[in-house]
Amino acid sequence: MPKTLFEKVWEAHAVRTLASGQTQLLIGTHLIHEVTSPQAFGMMRDLGLKVAMAHRTFATVDHIVPTDQVSEPYADPLADAMIKELRRSCREFGITFFDRSTGKQGIVHIVGPEQGITQPGTTIACGDSHTSTHGAFGAIAFGIGTTQIRDVLATQTMALGKLKVRRIEVNGRLSPGVYAKDVILHIICTLGVNGGTGYAYEYAGDVFDRFSMEERMTVCNMSIEGGARVGYVNPDETTFAYLKGRPYSPKGAEWDAAVARWRAVASDTGCAYDDVVRIDAADIAPTVTWGINPGQGLPITGTVPDPARAKTPDEKASIEEALAYMKLRPGAPIKGTRIDVAFLGSCTNGRLSDFQEVARFIKGRRVAPGVKAIAVPGSQAVGLLCAELGIDKVFRDAGFEWRSAGCSMCLAMNPDKLVGDQLCASSSNRNFKGRQGSPTGRTILMSPIMVAAAAVTGSVADAREVFGVSAN
Amino acid sequence: MALEKITRIAGRAVHIPGNDIDTDRIIPARFMKCVTFDGLGEYLFYDMRRNADGSEKPHPLNDPAHKGAAILLSGVNFGCGSSREHAPQALQKHGIRAVIAEGFAEIFLGNSTTLGMPCVSASRGDIERIAAAVKADPATEVVIDVANQTVSFAGQTIAVSVRDSARDALVNGRWDPIGELIEGAGNAAKVASQLRYMSA
Repeated sequence: MPKTLFEKVWEAHAVRTLASGQTQLLIGTHLIHEVTSPQAFGMMRDLGLKVAMAHRTFATVDHIVPTDQVSEPYADPLADAMIKELRRSCREFGITFFDRSTGKQGIVHIVGPEQGITQPGTTIACGDSHTSTHGAFGAIAFGIGTTQIRDVLATQTMALGKLKVRRIEVNGRLSPGVYAKDVILHIICTLGVNGGTGYAYEYAGDVFDRFSMEERMTVCNMSIEGGARVGYVNPDETTFAYLKGRPYSPKGAEWDAAVARWRAVASDTGCAYDDVVRIDAADIAPTVTWGINPGQGLPITGTVPDPARAKTPDEKASIEEALAYMKLRPGAPIKGTRIDVAFLGSCTNGRLSDFQEVARFIKGRRVAPGVKAIAVPGSQAVGLLCAELGIDKVFRDAGFEWRSAGCSMCLAMNPDKLVGDQLCASSSNRNFKGRQGSPTGRTILMSPIMVAAAAVTGSVADAREVFGVSAN
Repeated sequence: MALEKITRIAGRAVHIPGNDIDTDRIIPARFMKCVTFDGLGEYLFYDMRRNADGSEKPHPLNDPAHKGAAILLSGVNFGCGSSREHAPQALQKHGIRAVIAEGFAEIFLGNSTTLGMPCVSASRGDIERIAAAVKADPATEVVIDVANQTVSFAGQTIAVSVRDSARDALVNGRWDPIGELIEGAGNAAKVASQLRYMSA
């Protein structure tokens, strides 16, 4: 019987059925970082447990590392303590740690793929909801809580209920100026922030077939913003080409065997899905958010919703709450909204291609007066490549601050924060109240190119107009 | 390690209305700079409850009438966003022992169950009825019968639902799966040995 990739990977990793009816699922690859794992190591020590398969856990620091200070001790003593705690635990339990001194540090969802640790047909877990990113490779990747981190450390397994699978096909061609970020924001706006609850999303269609791995990662990354814990793309030649020669990728004869396995794990033709959604690429515009969750978005040419026109009392209440927080006027064009900060980076859009694409357009341009613009490469490797290509200089010359690798202002656990009710044009993934470090700070999510357009004009702008992007 | 069988939760309730209440709101990221969960209760819904200077804002959890509430009532997609277990930990440390909402985000529901905190789904109308009874008399005792999937309050009983696997784990005292997972270690090693990428 034809099967989906999700079913095949699940079956290959199912250990047994637990009394509750959940499955004990083997987790092939476990990724950890400094914020959600210290408590798990504490639980391990309390219970006297050992790490079951230490060679299958990989650690790095991303959430609270300062991006403007490289040497320790860090100015924030709590951050310093958490990083030292992770270092100590990795040493104690024999876990590979991509510390800053290794040159391989970065956001965990950027490090896994660039090291070749993230591979098709595998199961991956990490104490971070954006673990779905790794699904771009045809892995089944779950964001988990800290007690589950303990479970994976102690047993390399966790208890999980099986998900349904929804195939989301995006067919046709994206218009010039429309990027992977717009695709996922459009999907979330269409299906809702909880539309994916209980589902794994399988992304497919012409647009995904043509996408690079980095574009696929951007989409899979935000699956959880649509309520789907897992998102994936079936592996293909693009996947294999990306993985070839990476440090942890199979080598020699092992490589050919691995590619054969990876090919076979893709969803079979004619397999059954629990749901199928089809989207026309031509319907996707450069998309920006106006509210306080990633599903509250609109095309850049659109106007802020009017609660008076809401279809339900719920919708009215949510528009009112969002507009009061965002200080936006109903019916006003979103274009032209003044910004204070521009943030380019995060596990959604902090990869080489994101900076490369923006550099093409900001060369010779300047960040608008009064705007603080920061660019934060997602990993040390991305930072290094940008330096080799002179991309960091393009950003600096344009007036961006160029930082060292980390999550930075996506969740603002480090010193990179909004102040007061500053409004940030952000390439990150969440526009929740207070998300960027100030309890009244405001976030508008958009693609990197749109962040650049906002940075140089000082307001939310249509990058196609600002940079003269048109059909070639 | 024998765990408590969580079959019944009784106590006063507090209503925090709204849909899509995310885990950043439940516990802002800056309070996650900690190596234990112990002190998190104090920071529950911090930015909703306090001004920048630390003074209190009007909020159901700041209302003395709801002090000591054990059951939280809310709307659709409660606990969406970040996978941070700090969110259910903060609720639990604050004294919340169950959440009744119209729906839950996937990761939050799993994290809460593993801590022995039931996520109970109910209809909008029923949640409003409980909220109305609590508003009329904050001392109203709300009783969740986890096994039979009912909630009783002020002389009324409504049908609710608790996901099958979570209900089984809660009422049978196996909501923390670590013991069972360790029992399966031998099987896990066998499955791992069949997967080329997992070899050392």
